Amino acid sequence: MLRYLFGRLLIMIPTLFVISVLVFAIIELPPGDYFESYVQELRMLGEPTDLQEIETLKARYHFDAPAPVRYWHWVTGMLHGDFGYSFEYRMPVNEVVGDRLWLTVMMSVVTIMFTWLLAFPIGLYSATHQYSWGDYGLTFLGLIGIAVPHFMLAIILMYFANVWFGISIGHIMDVEYLDQPMGWDKLRSILSHIWIPVLIIGTAGTAGMARRLRANLLDELGKQYVVTARAKGLSPSRVVLKYPLRMALNFFIADIGSILPAIISGAEVTAIILSLETTGPMLIRALQSQDMYLAGSFLMFLAALTVVGVLVSDIALSLLDPRIRLKGRRG
Amino acid sequence: MDSLQNQPHDLLRVEGLKVAFPLLRGELTAVDGASLRVLPGKITALVGESGSGKSMTGQTIMGLQPVQAMVSGRVLFDIGKAEPLDLLGLPRDGRMIRAIRGDRIGMIFQEPMTSFSPLHTIGNQLSEALRLHRPMSRSEARERCETMLARVGFPHPGRVFDLYPFELSGGMRQRAMIAMAAICGPSLLIADEPTTALDVTIQAQILALIRDLQQERGLAVLLITHDLGVVANLADEIVVMHRGQVMEAGPTAEIFRNPQHPYLRGLMQAVPVLGAKGRVRLRPLREIPAQGILELARMSQQPVAMRAPGARPLVSLRDVTKAFLPRHQSWSLISSNAEPVTAVDGVSLDIFRGECLGLVGESGSGKTTVGKLLVRALQPDSGSIIFDDGHDVVDIGEAEGKALDALRTRIQLIFQDPVSSLSPRMTVGNILSEPLDVHRRGTPAHRRQLVMALLRAIGLSEGAASRFPHSFSGGQRQRIGIARALALAPEFIICDEVVSALDVSVQAQILNLLKDLQKELHLTYMFISHDLGVVNYMADRIAVMWRGKLVEIGPRDLIMEAPVHPYTRALLAAVPVPDPSRPLDIAAARTPTAKAEAHWPAAFREVRGQPVRMADLGGGHLVRMQVLAEPHDLPSRRVVG
Repeated sequence: MLRYLFGRLLIMIPTLFVISVLVFAIIELPPGDYFESYVQELRMLGEPTDLQEIETLKARYHFDAPAPVRYWHWVTGMLHGDFGYSFEYRMPVNEVVGDRLWLTVMMSVVTIMFTWLLAFPIGLYSATHQYSWGDYGLTFLGLIGIAVPHFMLAIILMYFANVWFGISIGHIMDVEYLDQPMGWDKLRSILSHIWIPVLIIGTAGTAGMARRLRANLLDELGKQYVVTARAKGLSPSRVVLKYPLRMALNFFIADIGSILPAIISGAEVTAIILSLETTGPMLIRALQSQDMYLAGSFLMFLAALTVVGVLVSDIALSLLDPRIRLKGRRG
Repeated sequence: MDSLQNQPHDLLRVEGLKVAFPLLRGELTAVDGASLRVLPGKITALVGESGSGKSMTGQTIMGLQPVQAMVSGRVLFDIGKAEPLDLLGLPRDGRMIRAIRGDRIGMIFQEPMTSFSPLHTIGNQLSEALRLHRPMSRSEARERCETMLARVGFPHPGRVFDLYPFELSGGMRQRAMIAMAAICGPSLLIADEPTTALDVTIQAQILALIRDLQQERGLAVLLITHDLGVVANLADEIVVMHRGQVMEAGPTAEIFRNPQHPYLRGLMQAVPVLGAKGRVRLRPLREIPAQGILELARMSQQPVAMRAPGARPLVSLRDVTKAFLPRHQSWSLISSNAEPVTAVDGVSLDIFRGECLGLVGESGSGKTTVGKLLVRALQPDSGSIIFDDGHDVVDIGEAEGKALDALRTRIQLIFQDPVSSLSPRMTVGNILSEPLDVHRRGTPAHRRQLVMALLRAIGLSEGAASRFPHSFSGGQRQRIGIARALALAPEFIICDEVVSALDVSVQAQILNLLKDLQKELHLTYMFISHDLGVVNYMADRIAVMWRGKLVEIGPRDLIMEAPVHPYTRALLAAVPVPDPSRPLDIAAARTPTAKAEAHWPAAFREVRGQPVRMADLGGGHLVRMQVLAEPHDLPSRRVVG
């Protein structure tokens, strides 16, 4: 097991290296850089340009150096926890992302909990009552949930909240708390706002997960070991909870790898529509304005999270599933 | 049936059981008014083909039938009170029936591989059954479980308790399954094909275990099986089922001596057995009309080359060795020092034109690997496999390019599983003409004619060409697999367990078809099987493999009636014969194979560093033994056959 873990950690190094090269190449692909588009913009507006400052920044971030050198500085900086400088915000990337990151994580974790809490009972019920009216009804609702896009749901909710209650449901907290330090009032404000994006973002996930759990459980319910368990005299509910459900859990765990980066990128389109203070809209803006360090570091961060997530799910799977853990032992 | 009725002491009585399933139109009757009884402490066998309703009967007794099933009749079970309990009258999955399951009635199944949950330890699943019915502390339960595991033959029960099911072999899993079914001391054990998925020697061990438990604990057993050999050895009474109805019932000896119902008589004639009787042409329950073989022989335009006496062998293997690395090792980042597993270890044998060479051995003995080497699905690590058809001499392991293409048309393989070996997305016509297309044989019109001739030869109508494989039964699909192998008019066909996935009655059809084809098309067969009865029926010569090594080879009669190598003897002794007067040697079966090896005569023991050879006993009979031992030192060659 330790050897396996060691090997997996070792193989992460070349993986991340390849990803970093790819990210760097993609960011460098469009012609020009942030300064060029910035200067152009200023000129069009007819404002005086402080070329001196730009030159300083250019020199500091080695913009005139060839690509491999710039890549080298970017990567070594990240290894020291320095993710570079956001030209648009005129702040280090760390500070730009900081607060938003925690808000995003909070919202995503609540969303995931919401999804699981709802999807599990629905999936269990649908699988054990296959082809009943309840199953059909939940299937119908689930398919609607999958089919309606997030942003549409967001727009509809915003409209009705305004028409019926006269309130605006945008933002993740009341606007006056936006730049204030964290406190009880701020937290309360966040909690009173967060359920709307959670509901919107979680709907499709819940429906999809319930459908997958239902399908997996149905596969397992027909297996021989279920009959064995019933022949022992176990009650039907205990049979399902102890055996097939445990087997069906594997895919939830295998999902962690894709959940982690989703937590951070946080449903971009919905976030833009609801003007949420999460990282999603920022990433899109950074990509548009060629704010290279912000975008690059962000993409790199997502990639690293995916790699770590896959590792975590692999380790969790091998802990939970003895077949994965022990098969190697016999050869 | 009347003699069965007035017995007051039946443990279980099934009366007029009917199980039906609703279909879109009408219903499908799986069990149609079946009645049977099980006496306390006796073994009752429920015999029939698949689809006869025997398994459904077993499940319904426990209330485990599918939800859609519509059940009527009575299942009376004696629970020690004045009146027996009608199990069918109890609420489905209710408290009452759950108290009976696992406690009063235990059940074991055919597939020991899938009957346990792979995610829970043996001990977890075993003690669960115990503590459900007998509330007790964990440590007490563990103690009881370990005693039970020791009883079913685990030398280290404490270790097995913490193992996961996939860490045990099939036979060991079935032992654990029996332990789980018997842990609460039930009065009835329902065993649904408990040994069908196991090797013969393991089967004998499991049968011995069931017999021991029955005698020790006064356990009654309802043994559901299709294997008349198992029945003859174990059962006190027999119930024969056919299409959901009970055809015949009575004491074993009587039924075997004088089977009344034509169905049972037919079943007995359809099963290949050991001994001279086993060479009489089998009579399938339903004959298939296959008159097109001669026509096919004319069409395939092969010059009829008969086997000349003293001719060179068609295929000869010399010192062929093939080893595999364990899978995880070949993937590992760090090179490991794990030993490769030698699947085929220095095998030398000849296959002559026109003969059928039977290759037998237990699972893991390397017989399928030999088959794969012969069709060049694998390449040997060392040694040569020479194919010599009288014109060209080719090494199968080395052939490249055109020589390999030509070889592929000469040697064909028929697979075990008729379901997964045919593409579900191709029509039967496409499947049969694909080999012809690949090798660009003849004109399209000629190919079509040949496909029709192939279908007629295997007893299917020409309309079958436009249908898909899933619309055929297992036996029909296997015939299609045979036709596919015949399409290129090969000389040499490897049959790898071709009938082990089929029902007894269908098995006889396939074996007869293969025999007829061999005779008319002058084919040479390598017949790989673990079923010695089938090999006895098909083969002219038999080769026995053990752990990758060839241990004995010779003409069929010599191997069957005068085997020399102790492994061959053990294999033959483990085959249950469908004749109650010739029971299995249960005592011999109790010794595990690995231990039995230590009791082999010194001449046959494999000792590292001591050279071995294939000693010639005359008449083409070779046996693997140590160089220093003399053939005349051997124990008496003749055994009662």
